[in-house]
Amino acid sequence: MDKFTELTAIAAPMPTENIDTDQIIPARFLKTIQRTGLGKNAFAAQRYDADGNEKPDFVLNQEPYRHAEILITYDNLGCGSSREHAPWALLDFGIRCVIAPSFADIFFNNCFKNGILPIRLPREICDELMDDARQGANSRLTVDLERQVIVRPNGEGIPFDVDPFRRHMLLEGLDDIGQTMAHDAEITSFEHRPSRAWVPSITIGTVK
Amino acid sequence: MPVTNSPRTLFDKIWDDHVVERLEDGTCILYIDRHLVHEVTSPQAFEGLRMSGRRVRRPDATVAVADHNVPTSDRSKPIEEPQSRLQIETLEKNVAEFGVPYFPLRSASQGIVHVVGPEQGISLPGMTIVCGDSHTSTHGALGSLAFGIGTSEVEHVLATQTILQKPAKNMRVSVEGKVGPGVTAKDIMLAIIGRIGTAGGTGHVIEFAGSAIRGLDMAGRMTLCNMSIEAGARAGLVAPDETTFAYVKGRPFAPKGEAFEQACDYWRSLASDDGAYFDTEVTLAAEEIIPSVTWGTSPQNVLPIDGSVPSPSDEPDPARAAQIQRALDYMGLEAGQKIAGTPVDVVFIGSCTNSRLEDLRAAADVVRGRHVAEGVRAMIVPGSGLVKHAAEAEGLDKVFLDAGFEWREAGCSMCLGMNPDRLTPGQRCASTSNRNFEGRQGPDGRTHLCSPAMAAAAAVTGRLCDVRELVKETV
Repeated sequence: MDKFTELTAIAAPMPTENIDTDQIIPARFLKTIQRTGLGKNAFAAQRYDADGNEKPDFVLNQEPYRHAEILITYDNLGCGSSREHAPWALLDFGIRCVIAPSFADIFFNNCFKNGILPIRLPREICDELMDDARQGANSRLTVDLERQVIVRPNGEGIPFDVDPFRRHMLLEGLDDIGQTMAHDAEITSFEHRPSRAWVPSITIGTVK
Repeated sequence: MPVTNSPRTLFDKIWDDHVVERLEDGTCILYIDRHLVHEVTSPQAFEGLRMSGRRVRRPDATVAVADHNVPTSDRSKPIEEPQSRLQIETLEKNVAEFGVPYFPLRSASQGIVHVVGPEQGISLPGMTIVCGDSHTSTHGALGSLAFGIGTSEVEHVLATQTILQKPAKNMRVSVEGKVGPGVTAKDIMLAIIGRIGTAGGTGHVIEFAGSAIRGLDMAGRMTLCNMSIEAGARAGLVAPDETTFAYVKGRPFAPKGEAFEQACDYWRSLASDDGAYFDTEVTLAAEEIIPSVTWGTSPQNVLPIDGSVPSPSDEPDPARAAQIQRALDYMGLEAGQKIAGTPVDVVFIGSCTNSRLEDLRAAADVVRGRHVAEGVRAMIVPGSGLVKHAAEAEGLDKVFLDAGFEWREAGCSMCLGMNPDRLTPGQRCASTSNRNFEGRQGPDGRTHLCSPAMAAAAAVTGRLCDVRELVKETV
């Protein structure tokens, strides 16, 4: 996973609530067995017409937003399906940071696992950042994870919260599996607790 | 772990019993009892294990089945779409390489992962259960803590049998009283989502309680918990009781004999204590719930069947008003119109929400002696091979086939339109599935979520209608 430290980039405004992961990447594109290559179909239904031509009114088809690395939306971003293909599609498109007043839990979690920083900010502030984003290519936002601040084009800093553990993982570009495996002894000891004796095992020979 | 004497909720107890270790910042290493795996969200996880030379820590706590991307037509033929075939072959290769138990596509036990788990006794009360699918919340009906995870977490669970998480908040949704005739678990859940909204449960685990919930059979409880995610919740659960134990007893992978009795004693101890603290409480009166249907493109866009579609002009927030207009345009509906009477093109009865034997019986009760309306395509997709066989043993297949329904093989099918079962642009569908998002059942398809009985009523009349008017004589 790529580290996330500081990002200065174009932000795309999408003033919509409840953007679900089916919109971010429709199910028919989930047949891949890889993580990469989904970017061209991110937001497919809104981005392309039936013949595959770009719809000019969709924000990510417009300059400069086709180069956006930050996405700003309204409440409950990423609701619905748990598909990690949604953050994979965003990442493959080039998005490294998503900002919204609230997120669906699984999507929020999936973002961190892929080096995308999700930031919760009140809707009024999201509106201000969207106004900044609408100013175009020279109106970039800087997201500084080390200092936990977003710097607006006018220089104003907007602080944000992030879970310390997740911040550490992003700053260092770490994946959690290796970290958890360091607790192997505790996991093994848990598995041998007498109170767990009732949990049956599923053996291969018994599944038909 | 710090287990205190203060009253705890069902969620608190299951959580506490699975904490391996609490890290400095409060993140817990949570042990996972059951990991269900399917073909769409696992290939990249197995590939990750392979790349890092890791093994599956507990193959004996892991079960795989293909469901999302399988054809629901004749299983004796090879899968036509090359990408779908590759995805299923990849699953088969992975389970063989890593020694994971697997229900093959041609096995009678194959089916939708959230139907198969409970049906086989793989999912049990008191367990932590995960799957790379948001509808894993279904298994909470047994009184387990079950939630969907992403593919990175699938890899994490495969490698470590644990997950990293902080505890959720507790929400209790109580439905008190007795529902009227024709009102099902689906209608109860749609009413709950309509009340709290699609983000109402965010950060929470919902415990469903109250006399109307106690009165539900296991299939109904599964429908309820299944759609917890549509209320934004991490998970939904119902305290295990005698209904639960009667359901679990004798299932292939459930504990047997004395072990079962001991397990029941433990499961009984899990019910929320009197005075346990819930961060959020919601109460609904069962009598006020009537058969419901969605009108828009979010599960919170619910209407009682006698209701009218909302108007953007009634919404003060301009962004929300614009979203209502967008939903109306997408759905091809007029502000203020009655939802009943809207003609449908397709009826889909299936999905992890409503494809169990009880659901098929409820639909058959409406269909018996009637015929699918002209011009309507109506399909039944049983939740598993075993559900299909059981329904056939009762003659339900004949009821549906005689009425002009398609009787298909088990899988996720038109719930998400990954396989060839899809709406064509503009088609309107009465669907027993769980999501009415734009494009969910196929590009530009229009979905109205409802119960199996309501979907069956739409099939035979060709319109969204109140099932109670069709079965007046019997209810």
